[in-house]
Amino acid sequence: MTSKLLIKDKDIVVPGEDLAQGMDFLPSAGSYRDGDAIVSQLMGMVRVDGKVIKIIPLTGTYIPKRNDTIVGQISDLTYSAWSIKTFSAYQAMMSMKEATSEYIEKGADLTKLYDIGDYIVIKITNVTSQKLIDVTMKGPGLRKLREGRIVKVNSNKVPRIIGKQGSMVGIVKQYTNTQITVGQNGIVWIYGEDAKMENLAEKTIRKIEAEAHTSGLTDKIEAWLKKEVAQ
Amino acid sequence: MSYTKRNDGRKFDEIRPIEAEAGVIKSADGSARFKIGKTVAFATVRGPREMFPRFMKNPKRGVLRVHYQMMPFSGVGDRIRPGPNRRAKEISMVTANAFSEVIDLESYPNSVIDVFIDIPQADAGTRCAGISAAAIALADAGIPMKEMIGSVAVGKVGDKLAVDLDYSEEAYEGGAADIPVAITSRTKKVSLLQMDGDVTREELNELLEKAKVSCAQINDIQKKALKDKYEVKK
Amino acid sequence: MIINQEMKNHIIKALKKDLRFDGRKKEEFRDIKVEYDVAGSAEGSAKVTIGDTIVMAGIKLGMEKPYPDTPNEGMLMVNAEFMPMASPDFESGPPSIASIELARVVDRGIRESKSIDVKDLCIEPKEKAWSVGIDIITINDGGNLMDAAGLAALAALKSATFPKLNKDGSVDYKEKTDKKLPLVKEPIMVTVHMIGEELIVDPISREEKCSDARLSVSAIDDKTMCAMQKSGEKALTTEQVDKMVKLAFEKSKELRKRL
Repeated sequence: MTSKLLIKDKDIVVPGEDLAQGMDFLPSAGSYRDGDAIVSQLMGMVRVDGKVIKIIPLTGTYIPKRNDTIVGQISDLTYSAWSIKTFSAYQAMMSMKEATSEYIEKGADLTKLYDIGDYIVIKITNVTSQKLIDVTMKGPGLRKLREGRIVKVNSNKVPRIIGKQGSMVGIVKQYTNTQITVGQNGIVWIYGEDAKMENLAEKTIRKIEAEAHTSGLTDKIEAWLKKEVAQ
Repeated sequence: MSYTKRNDGRKFDEIRPIEAEAGVIKSADGSARFKIGKTVAFATVRGPREMFPRFMKNPKRGVLRVHYQMMPFSGVGDRIRPGPNRRAKEISMVTANAFSEVIDLESYPNSVIDVFIDIPQADAGTRCAGISAAAIALADAGIPMKEMIGSVAVGKVGDKLAVDLDYSEEAYEGGAADIPVAITSRTKKVSLLQMDGDVTREELNELLEKAKVSCAQINDIQKKALKDKYEVKK
Repeated sequence: MIINQEMKNHIIKALKKDLRFDGRKKEEFRDIKVEYDVAGSAEGSAKVTIGDTIVMAGIKLGMEKPYPDTPNEGMLMVNAEFMPMASPDFESGPPSIASIELARVVDRGIRESKSIDVKDLCIEPKEKAWSVGIDIITINDGGNLMDAAGLAALAALKSATFPKLNKDGSVDYKEKTDKKLPLVKEPIMVTVHMIGEELIVDPISREEKCSDARLSVSAIDDKTMCAMQKSGEKALTTEQVDKMVKLAFEKSKELRKRL
């Protein structure tokens, strides 16, 4: 029988929805083959790339990946390591060695460095099959976050919020005069001298999150920001 | 005794009117409200998240945990004391089993997906409404599922086979058989089946075919509820 | 989220300029919506939405034997469930101290104000009286469950009607009458929070987590309050208490208009 697509590229599909028929097509992330059919396994947006059909998830909690830069929160500490909440189903561990390039004495008070409740920007160095996570603070941009506000967004929308080479978040930073760090886990830190501008930055990020899968969003957001700042 | 016309005037193959909405609880990872006739079910999904108590962790895959509860004011008559009772615990278990066929939790070792089903208003078919709501909520939470699941209570009222019995029919003087069923959306398999009352083998087979039709109707409504939330609003 | 001191200071800095993270002023409530008869099987029910916070209240009326020490009076009970559906912080199991406190504070507002004429609930002294069971169920916690709960309980009480009482004394729940509950006063609860030295009403979750102390006030009219509860670890000066009470009265007027 001839292979055919039952949906169009960028359609929104639900789990169990038939996407294509025929052996010519190949299932990829979020889809599976059942006999002749390619079927969706996720709530998401279907992308057709030649013969490969995959689903981009539109929802779902963050799944930690190696090399992701995330915003975590210290939840506990032992004498030689910190437990870190990653805002996913899994905790991360940071050893003394990975916490800083400076020398820490044995038996030193680790809370002087990072205390419970502190928000930190960290990079995931390893995720085991059991989802044990190692992280490091040694690297550019990795640091303890100070005053500011924390906003939680859908982690699936993070690429859109950051934009190509940071273009989208860059526009927000520019117009609201704020510092913004977007973690791959959907945790966003915003700091501005002016609380009103910080409010606008948060509002804009929520707007990008809500309209993430529309096209021409970068221009739309810039135009909207221009108007809001003018008021 | 002969039940010739249904109390609410429906045809014997007709399910009650349904309202379904996804994402109604903002703080949840996924959620849904499913109303069928006068029965209302909320389903709330939290997870995948860290499993407590720790001894219940499964290092190979995530665990699906269902918590079914009726709100104290949900029934006609006496107040229902809050807290899980034996009926609620059993319903929680068969609901979790209903999803194990279709849900894929291998990507979430050592974690738990909690599904809370809460009933603010009951007019029979509550566990079925709960399952239909939970399927929407699980999809809304981004949990991978091979298929959706729809659920409805079919049965016999007096001598007539019927779908989606309401409370007055379950309690029919001339006797009734109540058969909650859950059917997977693509492969049409039975993932939940319970019964009380008297039916023959032939009657059961006929009722299961009717259940497939009703559950397919429910699947369409579930799909629409999800697409209404996720599709780009022009 | 475990809040930390630097983030809290940031909130306080903005509050000093009368600005909150969602754009509101310190004394501003979010949008409030009240819906009635949301649980048809109950004798009365209401759903209150304040911003993202959603709370349902249901009333169940039963016929019981009066307590021996109050043979001419009906019974009143207020219960609150912090359902896990409403927040990742709520667990299944026995009621948390927070849910017990909420129930008892709402209860006091209704009971101590003598809002319900419990003598009017008595059908036959020593033998039969109506018992009013109010159940408050949290649906989504977006901050300020307390005020939403108080409003939902009152709205449910206002709209509740008695089921039919048969001649033999049994209750026919399937038949509703038009007779409303003997509600003689309508207590409105407003909770004022102190963060640092700043006073706010209707906190969102991240503000609530920074709250140093809070005062819940139930007002029966513009001048008289019938119940109060201070919660939280910091102590208040008497001036602060007075300021908070004044603010609570102002806001209760606004909330009263919503019913």
